[in-house]
Amino acid sequence: MKLIKTIIRPNKVDDVKDALAALGIAGMTVTEVRGHGKQKGHTAIYRGKEYNVSLLPKMEIDVVVADSIADDAIKAIVEVARTGEIGDGRVFVLPVLESYRIRTGEKES
Amino acid sequence: MNQADTAWMLMATALVLLMTPALAFFYGGLVRSKNVLNTMMMSFISLGFVGVLWAVLGYSLAFSEGSRWVGGLSNAFLAGVGLDASGSIPHLLFMAFQGTFCIITAALISGAIVERMRFSAYLTFICLWAIVVYAPVAHWVWGGGWLAELGALDFAGGTVVHVNAGVAALVAAIVVGKRQGYPSSSLLPHNVPFVLLGAGLLWFGWFGFNAGSALAADEIASLAFVTTMLAPAGTLVVWCFLDMIRSGRPTAVGCATAIVVGLVAVTPAAGFISPMSAILLGGIAALPSYFVMMLMAKNSVDDSLDVVAAHGVGGATGAVLTGVFAQQSLNGVADGLLFGNPGQLVTQVAAVAAVAVYSGVVSFVLLKVIGLVIPLRASESEEATGLDINQHGEEAYLHVGGTLTRGHNG
Repeated sequence: MKLIKTIIRPNKVDDVKDALAALGIAGMTVTEVRGHGKQKGHTAIYRGKEYNVSLLPKMEIDVVVADSIADDAIKAIVEVARTGEIGDGRVFVLPVLESYRIRTGEKES
Repeated sequence: MNQADTAWMLMATALVLLMTPALAFFYGGLVRSKNVLNTMMMSFISLGFVGVLWAVLGYSLAFSEGSRWVGGLSNAFLAGVGLDASGSIPHLLFMAFQGTFCIITAALISGAIVERMRFSAYLTFICLWAIVVYAPVAHWVWGGGWLAELGALDFAGGTVVHVNAGVAALVAAIVVGKRQGYPSSSLLPHNVPFVLLGAGLLWFGWFGFNAGSALAADEIASLAFVTTMLAPAGTLVVWCFLDMIRSGRPTAVGCATAIVVGLVAVTPAAGFISPMSAILLGGIAALPSYFVMMLMAKNSVDDSLDVVAAHGVGGATGAVLTGVFAQQSLNGVADGLLFGNPGQLVTQVAAVAAVAVYSGVVSFVLLKVIGLVIPLRASESEEATGLDINQHGEEAYLHVGGTLTRGHNG
């Protein structure tokens, strides 16, 4: 099993969700996050003060998938989340040791 | 006694009372989420403590017979304040209307010291300030005191309310000191919609504040009502252009600020100037407040929510411009500079200066004395955690379903 940790533009969440669903991947966890890579921020002005907002809003989608479909899932995510501009995000892939379903207590493989 | 006047003043009193919760939203939106309840409580608490103090002592010191400097004690505990007429409305209603002014004036000061002042020290300060500063100054201008004798014009409180609170705020910001991380860190507003909501409700309540200050449902009330509508409109237009020139974008916080500045500026002038003068007054008032706001941002004094720029400077500008735009033909009181009476301008400047000096000096002394008994500031770790949790034991925004706050009582 692999954990695919994807950080994308907020407006790409639905596209990624649909692409993963098309591969039969049903479960996911979505989190609002802020951060930056190479993307520069923008200037925010509140009354007399100007701030350089370098931590930009992004969405993180976490899915755990079987090894056999991990490559397809990563490919699908990269394809639909890409705009070609700086700030498209990242995909990190981590190994998952074990996984349990809380409702039944059963160990999944 | 006039029933129409009484009906309007009942409404006006309720409108002005609403301004204090409106101020709570205006200020609450401008602070970080960990301090929003503390900031809003600083306004709300005034409804209770200052409200009681006004009935017990404040009203008497401001409006009962006394010297040129302060009223007497003949109306303390509302003695002699009954349903008999004061002007054309019940005396009791006049007392309540004036009480709502004292409540919001004290609460205004909080904007300068939010996010780091200890709540008990703040509360002690505004209670003493309402009695020692607000009540005498109200007496000077409205209670037959020396500024009234001098002929100073202050229709609804540009000097009594806004210069008074603005200067106290400046002193409080200096004495209490700046927030951790000011000015280097991003101390950003957490809820700009709250700020807009507060500004909108303040404008609504301000019709009671200004038009109610006519103390009657008459022509002067209508004039004050219309100038209260038009002056902030003028400020908003000019402010918007200033934002555009500076950054190319009109800001929402700027819009809310402009409305308050325009309302503050027209307050002393509301029943004395023509509607077209009100638009001019509002537009002109945008400039000094905007300039001071920019200046304060580069300053080491942390007037966190710009009380000085909005209320101190806005109030002073309005009071001075009252001496320019006032027209005797409108209400029979006095002409200003533009209508052949330059002396009025001098009187206005003198009144602003007198109130600024008195408020500044006494506020400084009060804070220093309170500081000997109670620490004025929250501790460093309390400030870092946020004042909602340690000053009130509450949080504004809980996690999903509030599951992180399991009760200890079973």
